[in-house]
Amino acid sequence: MGKERKGVEVSIAIAEAVAQANVDVIAAYPITPQTHIVEHLADIVANGELDAEFVPVDSEHSAMSVCCGSAAVGARTFTSTSSQGLALMSEIFFIAAAMRLPIVMALANRSLSSPLSIWNDHSDVMMVRDAGWIHVFVENGQESYDNMFCAFRMAEDPNVMLPVAVNLDGFILTHMIEPMEYEDDELIKQYLPDFKMKNVLHPDKPVSMGCFGMPEIYTETQMNREVGVRDSYPHILKAWQEWGKLTGRYYKPIETYRADDAECCIVTMGSYGETAMEVVDALREEGEKVGVVKIRLWRPFPFEEFDKAVLGKKTLIVIDRAISFGGPGGPVASELRSALYKKEGAPTIVNYIAGLAGRDVSRKDFRNIIIEGMKKAASGDTDGFTLYALRG
Amino acid sequence: MAKPMEQITWQELEIGAVVTEVGNARQYETGTWRSERPVVKKEQCIKCGVCWLFCPDACIVRAAEGHFEADLTYCKGCGICVKECPVGCITMVSEEE
Repeated sequence: MGKERKGVEVSIAIAEAVAQANVDVIAAYPITPQTHIVEHLADIVANGELDAEFVPVDSEHSAMSVCCGSAAVGARTFTSTSSQGLALMSEIFFIAAAMRLPIVMALANRSLSSPLSIWNDHSDVMMVRDAGWIHVFVENGQESYDNMFCAFRMAEDPNVMLPVAVNLDGFILTHMIEPMEYEDDELIKQYLPDFKMKNVLHPDKPVSMGCFGMPEIYTETQMNREVGVRDSYPHILKAWQEWGKLTGRYYKPIETYRADDAECCIVTMGSYGETAMEVVDALREEGEKVGVVKIRLWRPFPFEEFDKAVLGKKTLIVIDRAISFGGPGGPVASELRSALYKKEGAPTIVNYIAGLAGRDVSRKDFRNIIIEGMKKAASGDTDGFTLYALRG
Repeated sequence: MAKPMEQITWQELEIGAVVTEVGNARQYETGTWRSERPVVKKEQCIKCGVCWLFCPDACIVRAAEGHFEADLTYCKGCGICVKECPVGCITMVSEEE
């Protein structure tokens, strides 16, 4: 590409992307590790560099409520949160999706209390897995920057009309300084033109949003939502495709690394993909037929792409970053087991839950997980899950 | 007029279940919820309009003779009018009677 790359903290790059996307309203409450994103946006607005309304709300519940109001009048709307903040706004988080409001959120993934922890895992996003938002996971700084634009494009597509959460690992990504390529405002304007919603709150044409639904109609509204989320899939692909054409950086719902001839693949979401690739390189040199499968799009789940990537493999070692207490395993592994159920050529799934609340998972750990996981698969020890590096 | 709710298919719903028809609350007849109905002794009514003001469903209407009474198509039978009437001329009567 030959474009200039500069070192930027990922949170700052996200804030600058949101400003370049020319948002109209930002409503957010600061929470670690998302803080730098909203602080920097507040600066940008206060400095007069972005003509937007920054609403310094009293809580995350209010943040999402403001976002719903602003998106309902057709304003481009952004918010960002994490962990307990997401928990506090969860009531309105679900409503935003049900009302099909094209809000974009940077979700800096962090563990849930208790014990109180500010560090990274995926327990916050898994709490709202079924809310009806589009969930994208990014792996590094460039992907975070790029996917902010893609998220607005997806959300505002008249065929989609859904809120989009861009999930990035707290600290591991938010606080990292990475080399990044920025795009010109002109290119962004071309990629993200002003959008129009079919139904907006406006006195000239009154409509009612978020109405009461009796048992006679509730089921129909849920099917309408289900199909809405499912049918957003090709338009999500299109948003990534168009971005790729303009920038040369293409994104796919499932991405693989050295997976074509692999017998065993490690499955990751978010920033873990980078380390997994390095470890796979090392293991390849030792003759192990291993690869990486990365889930970029979590909702709507890309069943076909996933099947294409994994059917015929012997083993999948799935790394989860959250626990489903008393359940069948980590949320990702449970879902993949279900997605592959009774399919011909389905690999055996070995599930590890690792890196809870920011506990470091190093290259050595990935290596252990892969080697140990392959042994477990060979001996048939594949039920449930293993909490990696658990003492006692 | 919009289709009755129980006939609308999922495909016919607007995105986000937005209701584009204005003022359609009138089509939703909530009177069937009622187990008791307010009965006004019209000769005692001082026509002050307090019941009209307090009714949460705006179903109190003024009769031709000047007193106020509930429109039973919409009245849910909450009894707030009974509580608020300054002269006590409204009583709740069971719908079973």
